[in-house]
Amino acid sequence: MRRTVFPHKLLPWLLLAPQLAITLIFFYWPAAQAFRQSVLKEDPFGLSSTFVGLANFRKVLGDPAYLNALQVTVVFSLLVAFGALAVALFLAVQAEKIVRHKGFYRTLMIWPYAVAPAIAGMLWLFMFNPSFGTLAWPLRQLGFDWNPLLDGDDAMALVVAAATWKQISYNFLFFVAGLQAIPRSLLEAAAIDGASRRHAFWTIVFPLLAPTTFFLLVVNTVYALFDTFGIIHAVTGGGPGRATETLVYKVYNDGFVNLIIGDSAAQSVILMVIVIALTAFQFRFIERRVHYA
Amino acid sequence: MARIQLQDVRKSYAGQEVIHGVTIDIANGEFVVIVGPSGCGKSTLLRMVAGLEEITSGTISIGDRVVNHLEPRDRNIAMVFQNYALYPHMTVRDNMAYGLKLAGMPKADIDAAVARAAAMLELEPYLDRKPRALSGGQRQRVAMGRALVREPAAFLLDEPLSNLDAKLRVQMRLQIKDLHQRTGQTTLYVTHDQVEAMTLADRLVVMEKGVAQQIATPYEVYTTPANEFVAGFIGSPAMNIFDARCEGQDLILPGGHRVTVASCPAEAIRLGLRPEDIEAVTHAPDAFPVVLQSVEWLGADAYGYCVIEGSDTRLTLRMPGNAPLAKGDRLLISLSRSRLHFFSPEDGRRLA
Repeated sequence: MRRTVFPHKLLPWLLLAPQLAITLIFFYWPAAQAFRQSVLKEDPFGLSSTFVGLANFRKVLGDPAYLNALQVTVVFSLLVAFGALAVALFLAVQAEKIVRHKGFYRTLMIWPYAVAPAIAGMLWLFMFNPSFGTLAWPLRQLGFDWNPLLDGDDAMALVVAAATWKQISYNFLFFVAGLQAIPRSLLEAAAIDGASRRHAFWTIVFPLLAPTTFFLLVVNTVYALFDTFGIIHAVTGGGPGRATETLVYKVYNDGFVNLIIGDSAAQSVILMVIVIALTAFQFRFIERRVHYA
Repeated sequence: MARIQLQDVRKSYAGQEVIHGVTIDIANGEFVVIVGPSGCGKSTLLRMVAGLEEITSGTISIGDRVVNHLEPRDRNIAMVFQNYALYPHMTVRDNMAYGLKLAGMPKADIDAAVARAAAMLELEPYLDRKPRALSGGQRQRVAMGRALVREPAAFLLDEPLSNLDAKLRVQMRLQIKDLHQRTGQTTLYVTHDQVEAMTLADRLVVMEKGVAQQIATPYEVYTTPANEFVAGFIGSPAMNIFDARCEGQDLILPGGHRVTVASCPAEAIRLGLRPEDIEAVTHAPDAFPVVLQSVEWLGADAYGYCVIEGSDTRLTLRMPGNAPLAKGDRLLISLSRSRLHFFSPEDGRRLA
């Protein structure tokens, strides 16, 4: 790689300053606040707070509702991350096969990404609302007892579908780029070597896409854990009951709705640890299997 | 091993015909080189034989089977690509074994076949390396090995040496020739390099604009080119070709110089002269003067670029390297009568 040598030491810092400032103000400062508040307990009126050590953590981890949220998050994140990856990969492979109007189809595929999460949530909510949803009616005609307002599994299916749909575009974009980076001659060589398309996909294309897939796996995990808040908020509000209350949703609910700042802060600290651990795990154990061309 | 036949093979893209009916009959074990400038359709033709491109009309058969509608994998061929197309995530061993595994060959046989090919190509020390850890020449050999292990009916090579440096290219050229002699595989080889074409081929297919201009042995192509294109394309430096006229037994060159020839096929002709068929002389009947404009000295030989006196027709001469010549010199030259080439000014066809 080319090394750039700056004439003096101030310039590189100046160039980095905007990014550093944003990270400091919007990440490190709130994170530090969360750490601080996670060991404090506020009085009901928010006028004073006392140091309580790890009491908030003990309380949160002993709370059945929290363990429920953990379970919901695991199910939700796995479904969304893998669902979005699988569907996007399938669509990207299909889009590669199109000869005419490739750009048109690609653009259509990428559109959902431009839709704000809350709007996407409303869209799905309206489509699948049990009383007036455009798609809820045919579902019921097909014999499904569809009611996401009452049935936890239906509600989960709905938020998973909405969250997945939203992320597919992003994954699609990266998979298309990844597929284009694979030389056509490799597939031709495989075809001559006797591989069927399916076999060539799993032995040539998929392994060569591994860097892309790995990157997307990390991004999708983080997305499922954090960025789906808007969709859940709009579609189910964590309900019915607590069937779709993920960790992030519970942080919000406890902190901003129920105003139990200490609990909420403790939860966000735990969440942070989980995400850091998960990402570290992914880099440590999955990346090893990735072949970078 | 098999015979490959192409019968009036055509190819159109969106109504535009790019291959205009090519007919070739390649005998079992023959080494045929398709040569031509870029864009002449030579790679397309090879890819059609491989089954990577559909053909619009005509028939291609390999062995006794018409393969027009067969998938590449059902054609029993192996191909070496210009960029080698090695699977980057597999070791050299796995690259070579890929096709054999797919064919369901027992593991012991695969290992034996890979070992045999690796020995032949001196790849044994690299079997467990990934392609990116290999040099260009080594990658090229792996690509050859991957094709060899499968013992296909025919071997297709698409500019396999064009990504190598000049020295390695000569080395690999010899190795390919040697491999062909040892395996006796029917081989179809595409190149734009006429040295590769001349040295490797049993027969040459000279292509231009989607038409096979001449199909013949390298010797025939060089000594009796079928038309002006072939004459100009094969040979380096290129054949001198210019307008001339015939009056009875007299050939009238630009500048009005007269040369007596045995026979002249038409009144207006395009005259072709190989640079080595022109001789500088002190005096001779029918010799005519040229003026040297520049000299390229290559060691054993020197190329003289001159104009025929009294005209602006350029002429390239091939002279011995020790000829004491310099820019601006006036020379007398004489033509080798038996090696004149006559072409039609209308369509470039060779005239008897």
